[in-house]
Amino acid sequence: MDNNLKFSKRNLKKFNITDSRKRCLKYRRKLLDISQTVTALHAGGALSSMEIVDFIYYGLIYNKNIPDGSKNTFLMSKGHGCMSQYIALNELGILDDKHLETYCKSNGILGCHPDFGNPGIEASTGSLGHGMGLATGMAYFEKINKTNNNIYVVLSDGELQEGSTWEAMMMAANLKLDNLICFLDHNGSQSFGNTKITHPKFYPINSKIKSFNWSVGKANGHDVRSISSSLKNRKENKPHMTICDTIKGKGVSFMENKPIWHYRSPNSEEYKIAINELTQVYS
Amino acid sequence: MRNKFADAIFEIGSVNKNICALVADISPAGSMEKFRKKYPDRFINCGVAEQSMIGISAGLALKGMRPFCYTIATFALFRPFEFIRVDLGYQNLPVTVIGMGAGLIYSTLGGTHHSMEDIAIASSIPNMTVLAPCDPIEMKLATIWCATKSKGPVYMRLGKVGEPEITKDAYDKKFTIGKLRYIKKGEDIALISYGITINVLIEVSKELKNKQNINCSIINMHTIKPLDKKGLEKILKKYKKIIIVEEHVPYGSVSSMIKSYAYENKIFTDIKSVTLKDEFIHFYGSHKELLNKHGLSTSKIIKKINEK
Repeated sequence: MDNNLKFSKRNLKKFNITDSRKRCLKYRRKLLDISQTVTALHAGGALSSMEIVDFIYYGLIYNKNIPDGSKNTFLMSKGHGCMSQYIALNELGILDDKHLETYCKSNGILGCHPDFGNPGIEASTGSLGHGMGLATGMAYFEKINKTNNNIYVVLSDGELQEGSTWEAMMMAANLKLDNLICFLDHNGSQSFGNTKITHPKFYPINSKIKSFNWSVGKANGHDVRSISSSLKNRKENKPHMTICDTIKGKGVSFMENKPIWHYRSPNSEEYKIAINELTQVYS
Repeated sequence: MRNKFADAIFEIGSVNKNICALVADISPAGSMEKFRKKYPDRFINCGVAEQSMIGISAGLALKGMRPFCYTIATFALFRPFEFIRVDLGYQNLPVTVIGMGAGLIYSTLGGTHHSMEDIAIASSIPNMTVLAPCDPIEMKLATIWCATKSKGPVYMRLGKVGEPEITKDAYDKKFTIGKLRYIKKGEDIALISYGITINVLIEVSKELKNKQNINCSIINMHTIKPLDKKGLEKILKKYKKIIIVEEHVPYGSVSSMIKSYAYENKIFTDIKSVTLKDEFIHFYGSHKELLNKHGLSTSKIIKKINEK
């Protein structure tokens, strides 16, 4: 993608866990800073996906050890969590500071959901259940053109309640798309509350996905080492899903697993507490 | 029409490697089968899963392909509507959605298979082009346009098999996307339609000539969106009486588009419309019998024309 050319080969480094940890702390601070300028942010779902997104960009796409990594595609299917994507793209230099500063403002280009055409954004998402179909088409394109390019997707729990996701998953398995690699940001918490209570038959997830002839991995979604090693479960001729156990609102104690933080932004008092907490916990 | 569509896909697909066909469990016949056999990578049967058919086509288009999605009109457009709106419309991708057997063609299959609202629904989506060629010749030309020239998504109404080649002797020799086409030119009144309903107008025109010595123009509005405003304005100014006939419910119909265009431009001429009723159809029989039930028979249309 043209957008990705902005991140030239010169900048490529090997993936390093300590660097990733530092970046994720920076992302969380940045998210809190931006939260002070807008009312709507979807903070919870962005905070739960930060390590996954960082690992995809730095570990699987822009990584010195991955030849032609920048030809891989990343779709933030859970579009409402895109703040983690925007901030990572900013860190990569693909999105400028001015873009983040004008988030959700009339003089900016970024809104609450990824918009195709913006730097680094490879499809419009935000309506849940669209990413899997788009990714299946993209992965199939790479297959028939015999490339080695992969399609990486981050999904939410809610998206696995959309029939369209399962339609596309069945098709991806039919087409043997082993270049389709998905990460479920399994924070177990939705707008309405805890998924285990509001939607008990959502579980078990693992066997449902397996029965669609996918390979399945499990990871602690806040530990990049764990996310990385989950990919060892990938099998030839099968699409792959790693179920990443995460915490909605991760990093800020009063936000963690509280449905209200699905959408809300902290007030200035809460912001100060959150920043202090982040500094203490992570340093 | 179905066969000409498949012929076109095979011909262009043999040259342009970015053409691919996605179907939702529609068994391929004729040239479509030839396409599937010769280019198996570019023929995808998505199964009975129309939402993912549209999603997959969008993914392919985002990578540079020009996909065609093909199934019965109700399932091509209504079922995956939000996918067409977001994946194709919002992202403005060159995917053509073919609505097969549109209108009341599946006359014995019941209301589940009648697409009476497709023009309204498809036209309401920004970036969408809406086409309804009237015979196999136009179908082939329109398919070639979609495969090579379209800049964004297209919804195309398609009939079935065995439609007569009525544009062989059309008054306007050329078929141009975005420009309405005179199938026949007469001085007295203008009959407007699109798609296979043009066949109904041909009968109406013959009878008006034979019984009342009225010379009609028959106008094919094959490009419904964008509407050919220039061409339309000329017709609205030229004819004292205009009759629009369509196999579509009144809300969001081409009739309502033309009437609102005339009103906004202060062209006050007599415009009558004959559409399907704002009712579901619980009646089974031939296509013609269903049309008759909703007022789209030759005699009922003529009666409407003769009303003061």
